[in-house]
Amino acid sequence: MIPMTHFLVLGAVLFLIGAMGVLMRRNAIIILLSIELMLNAVNVTFVGFSRHLADMTGQVFAIFVITVAACEAAVGLAILIALNRDRTMVNVDEINLLKW
Amino acid sequence: MEIYFFYMFAGGMILTSLLMITRANVIHAALLLVLTFFFLAGVFVLAGAEFLAAVQILLYAGGIMVLYLFSIMLMNVEVAVRMRQWHRQGVVVLVAAVLLGLEIWAVLGEVEFGAPKQWEWSLGATPGNVEALGAVLYTKFLFPFEVASILLLASMIGAIVLAKRTIER
Amino acid sequence: MDMALEVAVAAIKIFIVVNVVQLVVAYMIYVERKVIAHAQLRLGPMRVGWHGLLQPIADGLKLFFKEDIIPDKADRVVFVLAPVMVLVPALVVYAVLPFSATFYITQINIGLFFVLAISSLGVFGVVMAGWASNSKYSLLGALRSAAQMLSYEIFLGFSVIGPLMLAGSLNLQEIVHAQRDVWFVFYQPLAFIVFFVAALAETNRVPFDLPEAETELVAGFHTEYSGMKFAFFFLAEYASMMVISTIGIVLFFGGWEGPDFIPLPGFVWYCLKLGAFMFVFIWLRATLPRYRYDQLMRVGWKFMFPLVMLNIFLTGFLKYLFL
Repeated sequence: MIPMTHFLVLGAVLFLIGAMGVLMRRNAIIILLSIELMLNAVNVTFVGFSRHLADMTGQVFAIFVITVAACEAAVGLAILIALNRDRTMVNVDEINLLKW
Repeated sequence: MEIYFFYMFAGGMILTSLLMITRANVIHAALLLVLTFFFLAGVFVLAGAEFLAAVQILLYAGGIMVLYLFSIMLMNVEVAVRMRQWHRQGVVVLVAAVLLGLEIWAVLGEVEFGAPKQWEWSLGATPGNVEALGAVLYTKFLFPFEVASILLLASMIGAIVLAKRTIER
Repeated sequence: MDMALEVAVAAIKIFIVVNVVQLVVAYMIYVERKVIAHAQLRLGPMRVGWHGLLQPIADGLKLFFKEDIIPDKADRVVFVLAPVMVLVPALVVYAVLPFSATFYITQINIGLFFVLAISSLGVFGVVMAGWASNSKYSLLGALRSAAQMLSYEIFLGFSVIGPLMLAGSLNLQEIVHAQRDVWFVFYQPLAFIVFFVAALAETNRVPFDLPEAETELVAGFHTEYSGMKFAFFFLAEYASMMVISTIGIVLFFGGWEGPDFIPLPGFVWYCLKLGAFMFVFIWLRATLPRYRYDQLMRVGWKFMFPLVMLNIFLTGFLKYLFL
């Protein structure tokens, strides 16, 4: 039997790794991938609680999270492709035309 | 028995995700993230969510990550490998992350969760996880389900508008 | 002790299935060459053994002893991993396929969903191979296959929903039991058409073999591969053809069950149906020209997608009215 704490620690560690990826990397695609990782860390916690409480709600929420992740991936990649077409840039700190 | 598998999957996930955020080559990072999702599917099976595990592989690994690889191949990413990879605020983030991790560890150490409740079915039995999930998803959560479909539609339109080349007429 | 025995039995079953699959695949390549040859009024392989029956073994030996070339500019790790990533999903799926009422490795309650999930991973190997080769032709093949397999996976997934609604289970054994009286192909002709076209596209077979189109892309994603790595791609292609045919048989043609008036064991029925499916695959290859890329996408999204949606709607409507 897996203790609940294990799921929560795993979720927290993955979320932190994802957050580190988002905040530390310059490459926009890696940032998107790290966001996917953060969303999945949330799923670990949801499924862990679903297991602990023997309640399906956690798994339903995990499905909604996956839906949101799919939307985020589609729109994020579309933005990146549009950026990449106008000028070859993949680093987020170079995208500063709106900065005044 | 279960706990060793959990340690294996959890360790694999942490290792691959750490490798993922440190790669310079984007394709390698994406493939490592796929590996992370496999391990995550294993964790889901251990938690008795086998349908979700299959969804994880089918949608995440087989769908979203292929979309990522496809888009990465369309872009010009080779130049980025030779550039500086990290932001200057990286050290601050690292320290903050470690502190936050220690804090979560301390808080979780004090909480007592007790024994988990049992499912009404056993793992892999035929009236089981899939039926229970469907029964909840299409009754209690029908409205959020429909909202999610509208979200998908909106993001689809958004993606097409953003990525489409403007045609001069 | 019980568990050790269970594991041992499972290991033996897996060993048998994997080896039989490899052997059958080798001979399917022979059958394909023969059928295509006769379709073109040629004889095909004749020299090695009686009517070339030992040809697959000779081919296998040749591939085994061939030099294994890794291009200089290739990404070595990904290049070596790619053939494995193609073959392993194709073989893993056999864990849940029912070959007869009693012979299967295991059955799980998400059976069909598991098959779809694992077989959707084959595209990774193709994309990895195309990208890691560092060759223009390979990359084009990989891009095509990513778009093609991602799109047609959707139609494949939606086309199985009709039969699933009738069977009311994801367990492959129970889907077969639900067809004891009438095969689902008679209830679900639309779904079967879409399923079959999507199956052709998923396995990269003619007329949807754009990822490897030999007349325009040399050999597509596996241009740079040689020796056993190349053999892996071949094995995977035919193994996944057999998987997709088995799914078609289970969903639409009553699995291992045949008509009652011909008493044959279940496994024989399964083999007969599999052979028929395989023959159609090969027949199509001998007959049809290749689709153009834009035609492929147009057929998929503008014709098959509405069709399969209509099928789901009709199935639900009729089931509500009559059942």
